[in-house]
Amino acid sequence: MIRTEEMLLNVGPQHPSTHGVFRIVLKIDGEQIVEATPVIGYLHRGTEKLAEDLQYTQIIPYTDRMDYLAAMTNNYVICHAVETMMDLEVPERAEYLRVLVMELGRIASHLVWFGTYLLDIGAMSPFLYAFREREVIINLLNEISGGRLTFNYMRVGGVKWDAPEGWIDKVRDFVPYMREQLAGYHDLVTGNEIFLARVKGIGKYTKEEALAYSLSGANLRCTGVKWDLRKDEPYSIYDRFDFDIPAREEGDAWSRYQCRMAEIEEALKIIEQAVEQFPDEGKIMAKVPRIIKPPAGETYVRIESPRGEIGCYIASKGKKEPYRLKFRRPSFYNLQILPKLLKGENISNLIAILGGVDIVLGEVDG
Amino acid sequence: MIDQMLAASPNLMNTFLFFTIAAAFLMVILGFVTYAILAERKVLGFMQMRVGPNRVGGRWGLLQTVADVLKLLIKEDTIPKLADRPLFILAPVLAFTPAFLVLVVIPFSENLKFADLGIGLLYYIAISGITTIGILTAGWASNNKYALLGGMRSAAQMISYEIPLVMSVIGVVLLTGSLNLNEIVAAQENWAFIFIQPVAFIIFLIASIAELNRTPFDLPEAESELVAGYHVEFSGFRWAFFMLAEYVYLFAMASLTTVLFLGGWQPIPFLGFIPGIVWFALKFILIVFIMIWIRGTLPRLRADQLMSFGWKVLLPLALANIFLTAIIKELINSF
Repeated sequence: MIRTEEMLLNVGPQHPSTHGVFRIVLKIDGEQIVEATPVIGYLHRGTEKLAEDLQYTQIIPYTDRMDYLAAMTNNYVICHAVETMMDLEVPERAEYLRVLVMELGRIASHLVWFGTYLLDIGAMSPFLYAFREREVIINLLNEISGGRLTFNYMRVGGVKWDAPEGWIDKVRDFVPYMREQLAGYHDLVTGNEIFLARVKGIGKYTKEEALAYSLSGANLRCTGVKWDLRKDEPYSIYDRFDFDIPAREEGDAWSRYQCRMAEIEEALKIIEQAVEQFPDEGKIMAKVPRIIKPPAGETYVRIESPRGEIGCYIASKGKKEPYRLKFRRPSFYNLQILPKLLKGENISNLIAILGGVDIVLGEVDG
Repeated sequence: MIDQMLAASPNLMNTFLFFTIAAAFLMVILGFVTYAILAERKVLGFMQMRVGPNRVGGRWGLLQTVADVLKLLIKEDTIPKLADRPLFILAPVLAFTPAFLVLVVIPFSENLKFADLGIGLLYYIAISGITTIGILTAGWASNNKYALLGGMRSAAQMISYEIPLVMSVIGVVLLTGSLNLNEIVAAQENWAFIFIQPVAFIIFLIASIAELNRTPFDLPEAESELVAGYHVEFSGFRWAFFMLAEYVYLFAMASLTTVLFLGGWQPIPFLGFIPGIVWFALKFILIVFIMIWIRGTLPRLRADQLMSFGWKVLLPLALANIFLTAIIKELINSF
């Protein structure tokens, strides 16, 4: 008779595939996972508490550091919340610039996901290909905002900098370039038998479960729920563009992959249209008082970040600092389903499932 | 020359000469390992639009690996407190000695061979099997859970893939009627076995990549899952020994593939004036390049998929290949 024992395995916080400082304690039987307990908080900086002592403009750089792969959407959500409270009209040119940088950021974020996901399941090259394209986007965003990762670009009532000369043309040229490279990715990765064997049917959940766990973004759309705030609750000027919401039915890692790759294409469509409609001139800042003091009251706004639904709740007492500020951080909510998905899986699948959820630890820990 | 020496009586002069040649050969292998690592990094860099090493030793990074090895030499040698100390020290030796032992039987050219064993092929496979024990020992002795998982995976993988590896070679052995590698090369004078035994070649190539623990079969050291697998606790020169073993096996496996399927030192028709060792080197480099190329292209399989692929696809194919080869050979002989 062979005596077997369950073993506790500590994955992270300095494990290479946990995308930062995520830790997960596994109870394993051989290579089979019996129980998984995620441990978070290694990157907690108390953004929300810090915000209570900061003026609204000063909070914006802190949001850059939450979801550092798509900082533009984070910038937007706080500005959008304050603008909603103050009933501000944002100039058209500023709105177009915002949409452009947000969609570029969405592509950059999905590219990082694509590269690191493939790296996680053992393919080394796609990572470097994806980062080459991301570099182009980062350079574009650097040109307009002066930052490569933490942009601090948006302000309440508009954006900080106007597009430099020739920037719009560069964005226009980027669209066909990215389409070409995307086709290359599909040639290299999408049809690969080993890749399909690794992701098909892995980490499956149903529509009901996804909704019950309050998943959002591609994690929700992969189960067949066509929910995208850009379409369902249009904010900014998203109602002016024609684009689809990619969704799949299967709810596994493979459909999440397909959703995200399709989202890159849709983002390119939006960029293409935004570049065409871009107003030749106009202001980039609304008339905003020097010290921003939203009226007393509460507001909650939500937008679609690359990772899902990012929300911002502000309780104001009419002072220059918020009384309470709370972010709904999509990675944090998406991560909740992990212990359920991991039960009974193989250790190799742990990586494929965790990677497929697409978390950013800066956002999870807040 | 070597033939005569093998037959000659073991006097002092002969022994000295033999050791000199063996030492020179060792240097050649170490040189290969040094530059194979550089070549791998350069080729991968080229495939991934990077430049690869380009600082130490000129713009081609020619001394990069030398510098890396020097660094490993002067690193502190750490042994975890709770590790099984004797086994921990023994494991790298167990893993790396067989890697050098197998090289004895490989004929590099008509004149350059070190032992003319009648059972050369069997010797190679038997000796290379010992490495698994070294890796398993390393995984167990480290007293680390990741290392243990890596060691277990490696044992399972190497045993499962050794079988299709051997089975695929039997086709070649049937055609030659010998296990002697010299005779196998000699039998390919007109047609290299890759044309006569294409199925066997493909099975052999896949199984050998699995034996070498290289992508897409690099599960024992899957960086993104098990951090580094069985050698996670090893540092300094102990770790270097594992790496050395890995690359010497790359050398050995590529040589064996060349010998078994690409006709060893046999030239391509009409180009016989080029010496055999050059032909061997060319074919050998082709195989090494293919292995690096595969590493740059494919993702990693999962442990269970790897097992079922080995047992359910490769093994039956290899068996069918033996069966067909035997039948066809009988038919040709009887008519």
